[in-house]
Amino acid sequence: MQPIIEARKVEKSYGSEGDGFIQVIAPTDLAVYPDEILALLGPSGSGKSTLLRMLAGLAKPSAGEVIHHGHEVGGPCENVAIVFQSFALFPWLTVLENVAAPLKAHGVPAAQRTERSLRILDTVGLDGFENAYPKELSGGMKQRVGFARALVVEPEVLFMDEPFSALDVLTAENLRGELLELWQSHKMPTRAVFLVTHNIEEAVLLADRIVVLGKNPARIRTDFRVSLPRPRERKDSRFTQLVDYIYRVLTRPDLAPAAGPEVLPERTRPRYQMLPHAPRGAVAGLLEMLLDRGRDDMYRLAGALSFEIDDLLPVVDAAVLLGFAKVEEGDVEITPAGREFADADILRRKELFRAAALENITLIHQIHRSLEAKEGHSLPDTFFEDLLDEHFSEDEAKAQLETAIHWGRYAELFDHDAGARRFFIPEEAPAALAGPSTSEATH
Amino acid sequence: MSSRPALSRAVIAERTWSVLLDLVVFAAVLACIQGLLVMSRYWLGAMTPVAHIDRSPRALPLYAFYSTVRIAVGYVLSLVFALGYGYIAAYNRRLEGLMVAVLDILQSIPVLSFLPGVMLAMVALFPTRQLGVEAGAIILIFTGQVWNMAFSFYASLKSIPRELREAARIYGFGAWQRFVELELPYGAIGLVWNSMVSVAGGWFFLMACEMFVLGKRDFRLPGLGSYLQTAAGAGDTGAIFWGLGAMIGVILLIDQVVWRPAIAWSDKFKFEQVESTAQPTSAVLNLLRRSNLLVRWRTAVMTPLAERAALRFARRGAMFEPPAGPVVWKRVAGWAGAVSCGAAILYALFEAAMTLRTLTTPELTSTLHGAAATFGRVAVSLVIAAAWTIPAGVAIGFNPRLARIAQPLAQLAASVPATALFPVLLLALIRMGGGLGIGSILLMLLGTQWYVLFNVIAGAMAIPSDLREVADVFRFSKWQRWRTVILPGIFPYLITGMVTASGGAWNASIVAEYFHFKGQTLSTVGLGAQISSATDAGNSDLLLLSTIVMAALVVCVNRALWRPLYRLAATRYKLEV
Repeated sequence: MQPIIEARKVEKSYGSEGDGFIQVIAPTDLAVYPDEILALLGPSGSGKSTLLRMLAGLAKPSAGEVIHHGHEVGGPCENVAIVFQSFALFPWLTVLENVAAPLKAHGVPAAQRTERSLRILDTVGLDGFENAYPKELSGGMKQRVGFARALVVEPEVLFMDEPFSALDVLTAENLRGELLELWQSHKMPTRAVFLVTHNIEEAVLLADRIVVLGKNPARIRTDFRVSLPRPRERKDSRFTQLVDYIYRVLTRPDLAPAAGPEVLPERTRPRYQMLPHAPRGAVAGLLEMLLDRGRDDMYRLAGALSFEIDDLLPVVDAAVLLGFAKVEEGDVEITPAGREFADADILRRKELFRAAALENITLIHQIHRSLEAKEGHSLPDTFFEDLLDEHFSEDEAKAQLETAIHWGRYAELFDHDAGARRFFIPEEAPAALAGPSTSEATH
Repeated sequence: MSSRPALSRAVIAERTWSVLLDLVVFAAVLACIQGLLVMSRYWLGAMTPVAHIDRSPRALPLYAFYSTVRIAVGYVLSLVFALGYGYIAAYNRRLEGLMVAVLDILQSIPVLSFLPGVMLAMVALFPTRQLGVEAGAIILIFTGQVWNMAFSFYASLKSIPRELREAARIYGFGAWQRFVELELPYGAIGLVWNSMVSVAGGWFFLMACEMFVLGKRDFRLPGLGSYLQTAAGAGDTGAIFWGLGAMIGVILLIDQVVWRPAIAWSDKFKFEQVESTAQPTSAVLNLLRRSNLLVRWRTAVMTPLAERAALRFARRGAMFEPPAGPVVWKRVAGWAGAVSCGAAILYALFEAAMTLRTLTTPELTSTLHGAAATFGRVAVSLVIAAAWTIPAGVAIGFNPRLARIAQPLAQLAASVPATALFPVLLLALIRMGGGLGIGSILLMLLGTQWYVLFNVIAGAMAIPSDLREVADVFRFSKWQRWRTVILPGIFPYLITGMVTASGGAWNASIVAEYFHFKGQTLSTVGLGAQISSATDAGNSDLLLLSTIVMAALVVCVNRALWRPLYRLAATRYKLEV
């Protein structure tokens, strides 16, 4: 079957070859075929949205090409539409004007614009609201306007960038159901839907095909068809098995792609350890929970904590990085060190955390050692930013430092002056711990 | 039902009202046409550089009209220029850095020192028509108004959310539709507020430039500014009060008829997801919206026109992106433009250097003396402004009842351009026997303290009440309360006000340190006085030097003092919700 849009070896990178080169998306092949809902899953910050924008022609790939019906895409694709996470409605236009705007861009005369827009508004259940302004509507209704605006151009491919994640749970569920109904009853002339999401259940509920992206740089981990009959039931054991399988793929970055279409080239250089952006308190909370359970399925844990997997993953990563927990087959298990930490009192916890951070966290270790070595025990932010710039994008480098500051402060290893933009070791700080030898923690 | 008669009565009231409204609108349109005729006859008439200024109150309506038209024309020019400049700066990646830097510097150059050059050029352009002198005044007003508007539009364009831009691109908006439905609405609120500030600034300059001496040539344009100066020169107290009254009346009228409706109207462009509770309203706007005539005008003329424009610009270019590679001729044109600009700048620099070569050492030393003196005056006026406005502003901001009374009063006081009050104040100063050295500080204060006051009030109102409650609960001492709650809370606002005030004070020095009065010249040592006297004497090299020194001083103070403070305010003292 001919794909409608096809990405061939597209990649995205920032900076120039050589120093400061960061690859966000590794060379990737991905095709959108007619008559399917394709869900693209991946952890946050993995480049899902960038991939969507490259397919839609909004972003230029750094290398490779996007083919739309046999032609290379040079600008925004014709005949596609996007539903945005933030709705992206124009607040100064009424609902009707918002929906009619794409038609106006295509030169459709006023009477016809109004007629077609009203028909679409009717389809998405917004009749009667055509003269309201977006700010008068609830989140769910705003996204309905977003859908109407996308459908009014009768797009061949409907792109959706986390369309339900800004909505509350019930509204999102309701909209998903309606979308599925429109799709199945062929009430929308769309031939393919491309859905970016971080919600695994959403993907399993809606998609005919699921592609899972890995992170740093993004590459396809697995790509498979979902053959569950519709309507799909969350309680169905095949449903939960599929969800579990995707969880395992997502939580085990080292796992070889199970059903992936290709084996990817090895990384060219050792990667710098990445700090997960987890609040230190959440790590402690997770360990306390694991103290009772010992070992638990990550899926159940997320449920018990009423966390999205996206929020839980960094916390688990942090615990693993610190040596307080380990992950096996989608299960999290507390280590003896983690047990000791969870059992300890406030002050003892601080000490344990300090030792674990110095031993296991490269960045914290580096900051601490650099400050110790420096006369006056103080260094500007730029010193560490330069260090991180080689490995991370600018924003990520900042985020890395912020997490390091947060953890470093808790561990009382160093402090940071936001005004002067400098790291320093406070006068009364305890000297470096006796304990882990510092030399072996550098890699 | 009993509501029926009431309802029909309401309908009748509505009907009669709208007929009256239509009459008013119709009359306003007629008045505009008549005004246009008067103005064109006057502008295209023979040049009378020294208009006879009639001191009787009966002449005031015409003078007020002339002044208002100058402001309006200058403003429209500024708006068009600001939109164009902001647009190019935001979208042309190669020019962006340069254009923003130019904005920054032009904002700090004292506009009044351009007066001689601009005037002479315009008079040379239209040697026999009144238009020449008028154009000079209008261009001067334009240069005083345009920069902050351009910057505001540029900043709005740069801050349009990414997903809105992407929506416009994926749905194939052409440049026109993007401008009308995305860029202009997004920038509207910033433009309206900056327009208000700009026009206030315009009045300031207009009052100064309606009547001035240039070498041996005397220029006097009929208007409110020249009326006030003439009245003060003659010591005619009655005329002064008539003039001030007319001026305040005009400013209040413009506020009610133009700015209030504009603010209320632009509220729909607020980029917010949830409707806010307090919305600005304007009675005039509500009335206008009810006028049948205007409604019909909109449906019969405006809507079809907008539709035709939309369809005409749609499709073309909307679906076809420009070819990716840079076109050769475009590149050539770009280079040619850059080279000719560079050549022009080099030539101007060379000319300037030639002009400056004739400077004498005493002129140089007096410039330095003057710079120091004016610097001191600006600093003192800022300190005085801060000293009284901080306690007053905090008191007003913390007390909603007081704020309701004080804010409109302060706004009224601030809306009167300081330059209009100069002649009056000067009269008082001379009667009291004060010198201009100290008097000019007072004059600077007059123009600048309001910026600080408004910002302090806004800052005090923005301090969250729970922070103040913390101070109450823990029984902070008065000093502790100021140091830990109030001063940090108002700090960002205070800095904003002080930056604006400092710019205003430098500009005011030109008119405050040097004055023609009753046939004699009052002046004191200062950079502003030097600029004015060089203008009078037609001493272009000294004028150039003083202007450069003043601009350099303003830029340096901005870079060295205000910008770091600004950064501090934006990082440490930002109250995040």
